[in-house]
Amino acid sequence: MATAATHAGAHEVHDHKPSFFARWFLSTNHKDIGSLYLLFAFCAGMIGAFLSFAIRMEMESPGLQYFSNPATYNVFVTGHGLIMVFFMVMPALIGGFGNWFVPLMIGAPDMAFPRMNNISFWLTVAGFCSLLCSLFVEGAPGANGAGTGWTVYPPLSTAGHPGPAVDFAIFALHLSGAGSILGAINFITTILNMRAPGMTLHKMPLFAWAELVTAFLLLLSLPVLAGAITMMLTDRNFGTTFFDPAGGGDPVLYQHLFWFFGHPEVYIMILPAFGIVSHIIATFSRKPVFGYLAMAYAMVAIGVVGFVVWAHHMYTVGLSLQTQSYFVFATMVIAVPTGVKIFSWIATMWGGSIRFTAAMHWAVGFIFLFTVGGVTGVVLANSAVDKYLHDTYYVVAHFHYVLSLGAVFVIFAGVYYWFPKMTGRIIPEWAGKLHFWLAFIGANVLFFPMHFLGLAGMPRRYADYPDAFAQWHKVSTYGGHIFGLGMFVFVIGVVLAFRSKEQAADNPWGEGATTLEWTLSSPPPFHQFETLPRIVDEPGAH
Amino acid sequence: MTAPSPRHLARTAALCGGLVAGMVGLAYASVPLYNAFCKATGYDGTPRQGPALAVADARSTDSMVVHFDTNVAPGLPWKFAPEVNSVEAKLGETKTVFFRVRNTGPKPTTGVATFNVQPGLMGGYFVKVACFCFNEQTLQPGETIDVPVVFYVDPALRTDPNTAHLSEMTLSYTYFASKNGQPVTTTVANSGASGTKRDF
Repeated sequence: MATAATHAGAHEVHDHKPSFFARWFLSTNHKDIGSLYLLFAFCAGMIGAFLSFAIRMEMESPGLQYFSNPATYNVFVTGHGLIMVFFMVMPALIGGFGNWFVPLMIGAPDMAFPRMNNISFWLTVAGFCSLLCSLFVEGAPGANGAGTGWTVYPPLSTAGHPGPAVDFAIFALHLSGAGSILGAINFITTILNMRAPGMTLHKMPLFAWAELVTAFLLLLSLPVLAGAITMMLTDRNFGTTFFDPAGGGDPVLYQHLFWFFGHPEVYIMILPAFGIVSHIIATFSRKPVFGYLAMAYAMVAIGVVGFVVWAHHMYTVGLSLQTQSYFVFATMVIAVPTGVKIFSWIATMWGGSIRFTAAMHWAVGFIFLFTVGGVTGVVLANSAVDKYLHDTYYVVAHFHYVLSLGAVFVIFAGVYYWFPKMTGRIIPEWAGKLHFWLAFIGANVLFFPMHFLGLAGMPRRYADYPDAFAQWHKVSTYGGHIFGLGMFVFVIGVVLAFRSKEQAADNPWGEGATTLEWTLSSPPPFHQFETLPRIVDEPGAH
Repeated sequence: MTAPSPRHLARTAALCGGLVAGMVGLAYASVPLYNAFCKATGYDGTPRQGPALAVADARSTDSMVVHFDTNVAPGLPWKFAPEVNSVEAKLGETKTVFFRVRNTGPKPTTGVATFNVQPGLMGGYFVKVACFCFNEQTLQPGETIDVPVVFYVDPALRTDPNTAHLSEMTLSYTYFASKNGQPVTTTVANSGASGTKRDF
């Protein structure tokens, strides 16, 4: 890695900010837009969490407790999935941290297209509004909202949902997808053209690498989703038959198109997290990250291979044995670069001078939980095993370990790591650690029993179940309560940070924090790097 | 690296935009490609179409039991059944089976049949020489017609490890009301009004 030899500190002189409305609604400043994204992700995440809370309450015991109509239960499941994927994880990791720290880390004054950045954000908000609207209009006969699952498979999403709810959900994906594509173009242009003098791609911080790979994945996969859901929209409303057998279409084609997007999408959600964890581990081990180049190219490899494994979500549609063998093999290949990353994080900590700050707790917790999720992923990659576990709670447990415990843990890790930089305030360490232990214990109690439920045959997306599954569902619901309790601690920590007058240092984490954002004040000036920092090689560093 | 000129930025953005447009194009191009792929390979239970085999290619000792399954989609007041529930077809032997279709509704209606074989991997070895299902059918109220399907089972299935062990298969038909560009959801809404209404 490299550090800034010169640091322009003279620009605070002319650090004037626009009026409130112009600053937050017409914003073109990458840090303000990043803050807006984080705030938006938090609000959307609260709504998504409320939906999951309702799901967990319903599943606590057999029979129907809170939902009179199972179709409404499915609407909650669908809303939870879509909100958490498109309006919580993506805005937080890409729009939030990406906008805040990519320009700072590569020494750029702002994003390449600041006004387009603003459009990206408001398109995401508009998409979210459309999704909320879909909850309140008719979907399936006699029920409000789209209960299709986040995959929106036809014919359930076409013939099964005559009401306009699915159309609203499709528009939500169109709008947020357009926002994400514009954001991706912005990131690629910024990273390829606006790095500080001397910062070659091979000296660029890993978080910027992660966002670059993510942006390319978005660019290649989201248009395919847009195409597929547009076909569905015309099938529903204008009489085309892309997915309707009555006119010669095939619903399985939708599954191919959806998963050609859907599989890269899971890497879109986790790659930025990989980048953030690399920085936190390196900072609090007081060592440069182990195997920098291998780490960067492992992300590239995950991105590339991620595009050729999509049918492992579709083992049950009747693929030939050879096709299944290929997808099993290709899926297993992804475990190799992922293993490189896990190995390198551990090797970074090995022999380091480790400090267990709150952020480090979350990062190390992430490595453990992500590995558990990765192992069940390797199990599910086997088509013969998957046919038994397909659409069971085992799958639910798997993707919550990699996303709810993977991506979400890193979002909190990032918040605790960068909060002093973003706000100039300090969240008390005890709050971060207490939050971590509640979340860590809560999430494991919440999701680990789902493996047992899935192995015993409990299917996904049902509001009711036989008594045999009751015990683990009850345990799982207790875990949900513990996790929820942790969220209150988080909010208390943030409130305490803003109430305390303590001012964060420019670099509160000491010599391990080597990236450019720590050379600026906390919070950074409204405009930074008007004189570009010059990157020089540090002898002995990578 | 020097400070970037707006031209550089615009060029990168334009390249990215081109990539996006290309991917949207590919998503739509996948529809005809996928259909062609299914027809060519029998993927997903799509039966092949072609002329009958010469008698010399038929195997007299080996046979396959073909079951027939008939369905009528909601919204079409038709009765639809095969003359026999299954036939034993020697591999390579051309078979003809009749299906009886009757319009029980008060109005002339038009239907179109889709077809599929199970297991899906048999699609490449089930060859239709002629079939009523290639065309739309209009029936007057109370009209009954017998429609033929002519097919053979390709002996090559014994050389494919996916299908070599099979001795039975199913040919399934579903008659749909001809849509003439009617949206999926309205078709269902209409049929819901005339058919049995479900309580949720």
